[in-house]
Amino acid sequence: MSELTLTGALGLAYWAETSIKLGVALVVIPTAALMLGYLFLLKMMAFMQSRLGPQDVGPSGSLQLIADAIKFLQKEDIHPAAADRRVFRAAPVVVLASSFLLFVVLPTGPDAVVENLDTGVFYALAVSSLSVLGVLMAGWASASKYALLGGLRAAGQLIAYELPLILAVMGVVIQANSLNLQEIVRAQATGEIFGFGFVGNPFILTQFIGFLIFMISAQAELTQTPFDMPVAETELVGGFHVEYTGFRFLLFFMAEVATTFAFSALATVLFLGGWWIPGFDFDAPILNVLGPMVMLAKILLVAFVIFWIRFTYPRLREDQLQKFAWKVLIPLSLANIVVTGIFKVVL
Amino acid sequence: MADDTDDGTETPGDEARDALAAELAELLGDAVVETHVEAGQNLWLRIEIEHWRTAITALRDAGFVYFGFLSAIDWSDAPEGRYEDTEFDGAGVGEDEEETTSATASDTVRRGGGETRFQLLAHLHAPARHAAVLLKADVTDVDGAPASVPSIIDVFAGANWHEREAHEMFGIVFDGHPNLEHIYLPSEFEGHPLRKDFPLLARAVKPWPGVVDIEEIPPELEAQLEAEVMASFEASGAGA
Amino acid sequence: MSPATVSDGARRFAPGAAALREQQAYVAGQAADARVNVELDTGDMTLNIGPQHPATHGTLRIACRLDGEQVIAAEPLMGYMHRGYEKLCEVRTYPQCTTLINRIDWLGSFANEVPFILAAEQLMGVEAPPRAQWIRTILFELSRIANVSLFLGDMGVQIGALTPVFFAFRDRERVLNQIEEVTGGRFHPNFDRIGGLKDDLPRGWIAETHAVMAKMRGFCDEMEDLLMGNEIFQTRCRGVGVIPKDVALSHGLSGANLRASGVDWDLRRDANPGLAWDQIDWRVWTHPDGDSFARYWVRMQETREATKIVDQLLDSIPSGPIMTKVPLIIKVPAGEAYVSTENPLGEMGYYVVSKGGLGPFRVKIRTPSFSNISIVPWVMRGTYVPDIITILGSLYFILGDIDR
Repeated sequence: MSELTLTGALGLAYWAETSIKLGVALVVIPTAALMLGYLFLLKMMAFMQSRLGPQDVGPSGSLQLIADAIKFLQKEDIHPAAADRRVFRAAPVVVLASSFLLFVVLPTGPDAVVENLDTGVFYALAVSSLSVLGVLMAGWASASKYALLGGLRAAGQLIAYELPLILAVMGVVIQANSLNLQEIVRAQATGEIFGFGFVGNPFILTQFIGFLIFMISAQAELTQTPFDMPVAETELVGGFHVEYTGFRFLLFFMAEVATTFAFSALATVLFLGGWWIPGFDFDAPILNVLGPMVMLAKILLVAFVIFWIRFTYPRLREDQLQKFAWKVLIPLSLANIVVTGIFKVVL
Repeated sequence: MADDTDDGTETPGDEARDALAAELAELLGDAVVETHVEAGQNLWLRIEIEHWRTAITALRDAGFVYFGFLSAIDWSDAPEGRYEDTEFDGAGVGEDEEETTSATASDTVRRGGGETRFQLLAHLHAPARHAAVLLKADVTDVDGAPASVPSIIDVFAGANWHEREAHEMFGIVFDGHPNLEHIYLPSEFEGHPLRKDFPLLARAVKPWPGVVDIEEIPPELEAQLEAEVMASFEASGAGA
Repeated sequence: MSPATVSDGARRFAPGAAALREQQAYVAGQAADARVNVELDTGDMTLNIGPQHPATHGTLRIACRLDGEQVIAAEPLMGYMHRGYEKLCEVRTYPQCTTLINRIDWLGSFANEVPFILAAEQLMGVEAPPRAQWIRTILFELSRIANVSLFLGDMGVQIGALTPVFFAFRDRERVLNQIEEVTGGRFHPNFDRIGGLKDDLPRGWIAETHAVMAKMRGFCDEMEDLLMGNEIFQTRCRGVGVIPKDVALSHGLSGANLRASGVDWDLRRDANPGLAWDQIDWRVWTHPDGDSFARYWVRMQETREATKIVDQLLDSIPSGPIMTKVPLIIKVPAGEAYVSTENPLGEMGYYVVSKGGLGPFRVKIRTPSFSNISIVPWVMRGTYVPDIITILGSLYFILGDIDR
C-alpha cells in the first residue's frame, strides 16, 4: 500500500478524509462516469444503428442524461397492487448500491483510490454479485409472472457465470501474487515479458484466455446481449423491471450503465495495466491526475467493446447459456488456472 | 379475363378444368350434385351435405392436400336492405338490372347452384397437379336455422379455426368439433354477424357518408365526362 | 396449523380422545406429505403473452400453460382487432371496398388490393391493359419487398438483436418512397382500380427504382452478414419450430412458411391470375428444413428474387393505356369469383359473390396470417418461452391480416 495518503499530504483529520472519500465514492466518480458513459453509449448506439441519436439537449445532446432524469422523475410511481411493497422499493436501491460500491476499491492513481483494501479483488467480486440479489428481489416482489421469470433467469445466470468470472480472475491473482487491486496494477507496471519491460506486463498478454472468459462472464453478469435473458425485451418485456416506473426504473437504468462501467474498470485494472502510464515512475504524484484520465479512456474502450457486442449479437436461450457456461467456460477457466499455476511454480 | 395470360403457365385451362371436373365427378360419384366450370377461372363442385366429410376426405386422398379456406354464404336478403333507402341500390342501376331477390336464385348468380339459405364453401389445392377446386354444399334448413354439419378437422387440421369462424359468423354447428367457441367475438356475444338478418347497427343509426360517392350522374353530364375520360386515354395511351 | 388438529377442550377429555388425536395426527401427516409433494412438483403456470406484448405486433394474445419455461399448451386468442371487414364490404360499393382492404395487411397494402380488383374484373369480364398489369405487378412486388424486408430485420429483434430492425426501417423507407411517388400513399395506396390503375408512373421513376432495387439487394447481403450468418441466430433458429410438409399443408400454411417446409407452391407461378409474372424469368425458393431458420432463409431469397423481378419488369414495361374502358359507375354482374394471389404473407384470396348492383353480396377474405397462425398450438408444444417468440416471429403475421 502506498505510504502517501490524503491525511499525510494535506494534514486532514480522519473524519474529513473519510467524508471526502465517501463523497468521491458515492457521488463524483459514479456521476462523472455515468454522464460520460451515458452520452458515449447513446452516441455510439445511435451510430451503430444508423440513427441520429440525441441532438437537441445541449451541444450534440450532451445533457440528455439530465433530460432523461427529469423525465423519469416526473413520471408516476406505480406499485402493482399485489406487490410486496417494501421489497419492491428496496430492490432498485440494492442493485444501484452494489454497482456504486464497486467503485470504492478501484484504483485510479497511486493515491487516487478511495479504499485500498488488501482483499480488493475479493471485495469487488463479492459486491458485484449483490446486484443479482436486487434483481431477484425485484422479480419476486413485482408479483408479475414476467418479472418472476426474469428474476429466476437472473439467479440461474448468476450461478452459471459467477464461477468462470472468479476463476478467470484467479489467474491474475496468482500471477500478481496479491488480492490488492493496487498491487495488481503495480505487478503489471513493474512486470516484464521476455525481458522487455517498458510497457510493463499488462495481464491481457499473459492471461488472454482469462481476459476473454472475464469479458464473456461480465457480459452475462451485466445482462447484456447475448446474455440478456433476464431482461429480454421481446420475450419478458423487460423481465425483472417490467413493473417499475419513473424514478425506480431510472435507478435500474443507472445501475445498468454504472455496473457496465464498474466492470470495465475492473477489467482495466486486472488486465489492461490499470491507470499506469509507461515511462512514469509508479509513485509519481502527477499520475494522481493523469491516472484517472488513462483509466477513463481504457474504461470507455472496454465499455465500447461490451456495447459493441450488445448491439451486434442476438440473444441466446437460457439452456444454451447454461450449457456454454458449464461445458465450455468453467473447464476452460480451470485449465487456465492450472496452466498459470504451473508457470508460476516453474518460472 | 385471365384466359389469355393463363396460356403460358402450367395452370389448367378450360379443357383441363373440364377434364378435372369430369374426373372428380367420377371419383366422388353420387356425392356430386353439380359441377360448374368458369372458363379460365375456377371449378366449382357442389356436393351433398351428407357427403361433405367423405367427399373432402376422398379429395384429399386424390391429391388435394392443401387446405385453402372454409366459409359459408347466407343467400337470404337482408330485411333492412343495404341501409341506403334511395341512392345506393338505385343509383345507376337500370330497370333491366334489378337485383335478384328471390331465395331460389338462378344459376347465373349461384355458380354451382344451391337451394337452401346457407351454403358451405371450401377451397382445396392440389399442389402437385397445379389445380384447385371450390367445394360447395347446401346446409339443410331447420326452421330457418342451419342444421349441423360434420366437422372436417380430422381431415384438415387447419379447418379448426375456419369452422369456429363459420360457427360464430353464421351459426352453423360443426359436429365433432372439439372447441366450437367464438374466435373473434367476445364469448357473451349474441347473434351471428354475417347472417343477412343481423343488422349492422352503426349503419342503421348513422347515415353513410359514402353514399355521396355514388350519387347518380345526370345523363347529359355522363356523356360529357365519358368523352373527356376517353380523350385522356387516347392522349396517354400514345405517349406512354 | 391444520384445522384438524384444533379441537375444543370438551372433546379433548372426552372418551376416545386419544383415538381422535391419533386420527388427527394421521390426517395432519397426510396433509404435510401432500404439501411436500406439491412443493416438489413444479406445477403449471399460465402465462399470458399479449394482447399488449412487443412480440405480437399488435394485439394477438397467446395463452400458454408453462411448466417452468417449457410450453405445455399454447392457444392464440384473437379478436382484439376484429373490424368485421366481411360485413362492412357488403354495404359498400366495389371501389369503396378497396379502402378497407388496404388495411388488412398494412405493410403490403397494394398487394391486398390486387386480388380483390382481379376478382371484380373477372366478374365484370374486363381486363386491364398490359401496361397496367405490368405496373400492378411491379407495385405488388414492391409491397412484398417493403413488407418482407421489415421481417428480415424484425426477426433480429425477436431474437434480441436490436440493430437489424433499424437497418430494415431505414432501407424499407426507400421502397416506400418509390411506392409513394407512384401512388401518393406510403402505406395505403388505394391505387388499383377495376379495369386498370389510377395513374401512370411518374417521370424518372424507373431509373430510381432500379437504384433502390440495387440498394435492397445490398440490404439483403447486410442482413445475411449481420444476422443470418450469426452463430447465435442459427443456434436459436435451426431445428426450432419445425413444421413438416404434411402438417403445413393440412393447416393451410401459405407463402414462405409453406415453401420453407419444402412444398414447391407459389401462386404467382402456379395459378397466375393474369399479372405479368409469367412474362419474366424468376424462380421459386424452397427449403427442406421447415424450421424458423428455413422460413427466414426463404424470405431472404424471395426478397432478392423480388428485386430481380422488379428489375426485369421495369425493363420490359410495355407502352399503352393504363385503364381500360369501364363505366363511370361500377356495376358488377351477378356471379361468384375467387381470386387469390401470392401476397407477401402468403395466399390472400377474395371470394366475391355478386347479385348484380354496386356492391358485393358477400366477400369472403381468405387471409394468409389466419391460417399461418392456426398452426401455433401444434408447433408450440414442448418449446421454451424464448422459442415462442422466435417461432411467432418466423411465422410472420400481421395482426390486421389475422383479425380482418
